Amino acid sequence: MSKEPLLIADAFFVEKAGMLTLLQDAGRFGQANLGLTHGGPADAHAFYWANRLLDNAPNSCALEITVGGLILKSNISSCICLTGANIPLKINGQLRANWQTHQVKKGDMLEFGFAESGIKAYMAVAGGFQVDKQFGSVSTVVRESVGGLSGLAIQPEDKLPAYEPAQQPSHKKQLEESQQPNYSDDVLLRVVLGYQVDSFSKVEQLKFLTSSYQVSKQWDRMGYRLEGEPISSTQTAMLSEGIALGAVQIPPDGQPIILMHDRQTIGGYPKIGSVFSLDLNKLAQCGQGTSVSFKAITMEDAHNELHLDRYRFEQASIIETAW
Amino acid sequence: MSQFNVKITTASENSLILYFGESEGRVVSDDISQQIQIVKQLIELEFQTAIIELIPSYASLLVTFDPFLLDHFKIRHFVTQAVLPNANHSSDATLSEKVVELPVYYGEEVGLDLSRIAECAKLTVEQVIAKHQAQDYRVFAIGFAPGFGYLGQVDEQIATPRLATPRSAVPKGAVAIADQQTAIYPAQSPGGWNIIGRCPIDMFTPEQQQVMPFDVGDIVRFKKIDKQTFISMGGQL
Repeated sequence: MSKEPLLIADAFFVEKAGMLTLLQDAGRFGQANLGLTHGGPADAHAFYWANRLLDNAPNSCALEITVGGLILKSNISSCICLTGANIPLKINGQLRANWQTHQVKKGDMLEFGFAESGIKAYMAVAGGFQVDKQFGSVSTVVRESVGGLSGLAIQPEDKLPAYEPAQQPSHKKQLEESQQPNYSDDVLLRVVLGYQVDSFSKVEQLKFLTSSYQVSKQWDRMGYRLEGEPISSTQTAMLSEGIALGAVQIPPDGQPIILMHDRQTIGGYPKIGSVFSLDLNKLAQCGQGTSVSFKAITMEDAHNELHLDRYRFEQASIIETAW
Repeated sequence: MSQFNVKITTASENSLILYFGESEGRVVSDDISQQIQIVKQLIELEFQTAIIELIPSYASLLVTFDPFLLDHFKIRHFVTQAVLPNANHSSDATLSEKVVELPVYYGEEVGLDLSRIAECAKLTVEQVIAKHQAQDYRVFAIGFAPGFGYLGQVDEQIATPRLATPRSAVPKGAVAIADQQTAIYPAQSPGGWNIIGRCPIDMFTPEQQQVMPFDVGDIVRFKKIDKQTFISMGGQL
C-alpha cells in the first residue's frame, strides 16, 4: 500500500522575509468585474520552469523572490528548485545550483543571497505551497490586499504549508545550462501596436520605435516608467478603458509606462500598443538604468512566437541524474 | 435600442478592444452601456473558457483570449456577425438592471469639498446635495481598486474637475465627484476626487458571497441619511 502525502502546516518557517517575497500561482483571472487585477509571476518563464523541474502542475504556487535576502527553515522532507534571477542558494551553508532540484529535510536552513543578475527568482516545492485561494488564485497583490497569507507579502515567522511527498524522486532534474536564460541590462521589447496608435503621428511612432529609453527609479509589479525621448499623442480627453498586460501608456509628459501584472484594470491615458508577453519576462528581470528599445511585431507573428515558445518549453531537454 | 456600431481594434497579442457607438468609444450613454453588456454576454456564451478576461468600461469592452485556444480572427468574425442589424441577440443575452439604493451622509465633517463645489456652481450646499440625489446613476465600469465603481452621469452643474493635488488619504466610504462621474471609495486610498459625503455600506466584502453591492450595468440611487442613521448603519466618522 502506498503512503499518502502528508500536509505539513509549517513545512517552511520564514526566518527572514527578504526584500519582497510573494506567493504566486499563474494569476487571478476572470475577476475584473470586481476590479481585481491578474497578478501572477512577473517572469512567467522562470516560474513555469521551477514547477516543471519538480513535475508540479503548471499553476502550482511558488515564491517570487525579489532581489533576495530570504531565509527559510525546512520542517519537511521534500524537493525544491530555484529558477530565474541568479540568486545564490545555500542549503546548510553549502552553495547549490539554480535551475536544478534539491532534496531538503527537516532542520535544513535555506539561505537565499542577493541577485548577481536578474531580479526575480522563483522557489518552488514539490506539489506547490498549499495556501487557500482567494478569488480563484493564491497570487498576492499587495495593493489590493488579496491573495497570499492575508493579502500580504511574506513576513518573518510566516509558516508556509506544503505536502510531504510519500516518496522522494529517485533523480535530480536540471535544465541544460545552454537553455538557461541570460538576463541582460539591455532589452529589446517587441510591441503589438494598437489601442490609440493612430493618435500618434508617423513621426511620433518612429521616435518611439527608434529611441532608446532607460528604466526610471519608478518600477514595480504595477508598471515600469521609462525615461527618454518624449512622444506625444493628438488624443485629447479619453474615457477610461480596459488595460491589457504590457500596455504602453503615454501620459501627458510623453514618458512611456509599461503596465505589468499588478496594473489597474482600467485607465484613461492613451496607449500606443502592448509589449509582447515573452519580452515582459525579460523586462521583469531588469531594474533602474536598464536600456530599453522597442520593435513592432504583428499580432500574427506574436501568436506564432507564443506557439513556438510553448513547443520549445515542452520539448526542452531536462538532464536527469541520480542524487 | 439603437443599431449597434462597433469598431474592433487590436490591444495586445491576445486582446482586442471593442469601441461602441458612432463616435467609436468617445461618448457615454445608457444605450451604449446596454450594447456592451449584450456583446459581453454573447462572447462569453460563444467562447466560454477560451476567454481569459472581459473588461467593460464606459464605451468599450476589452476582450482577452487564450492564444492557445483561439485567435483574433475568430473573435472579429463573431462580433462582426453578432452585431449585424438582423442578428437576433436579444434571445441569448439578458439585460440585468438591478437598482441599488445606497445611503449617503452629506454632513459638513465628511463632505470636505461640498462648499467649494457649491461656490463654483453658484449653488447652495443643499442644492448640490439635492442635485447629487435627484437622479439615477449607471455603473459604467469597475476598476482602479477592488470594489471601485465608476457611476455616471453627474448633473453638469455640479460636475467638478479632479483636485490639482490628490489627497494622500481619502477615507473609506467617501462619496466623491470627478467631472461627470461619481463613486464611493471602497477603502482608504490616495485620490483626487471631490468628496461630498460618506456611505456606511461596504463596497468590497471578499468574505461574503455577494462581494459588491452592484455590477457593471446596474443602476445606483443615493439616499440622503442623517448622522444618527449613518452611525447606526455602522458608518465611521
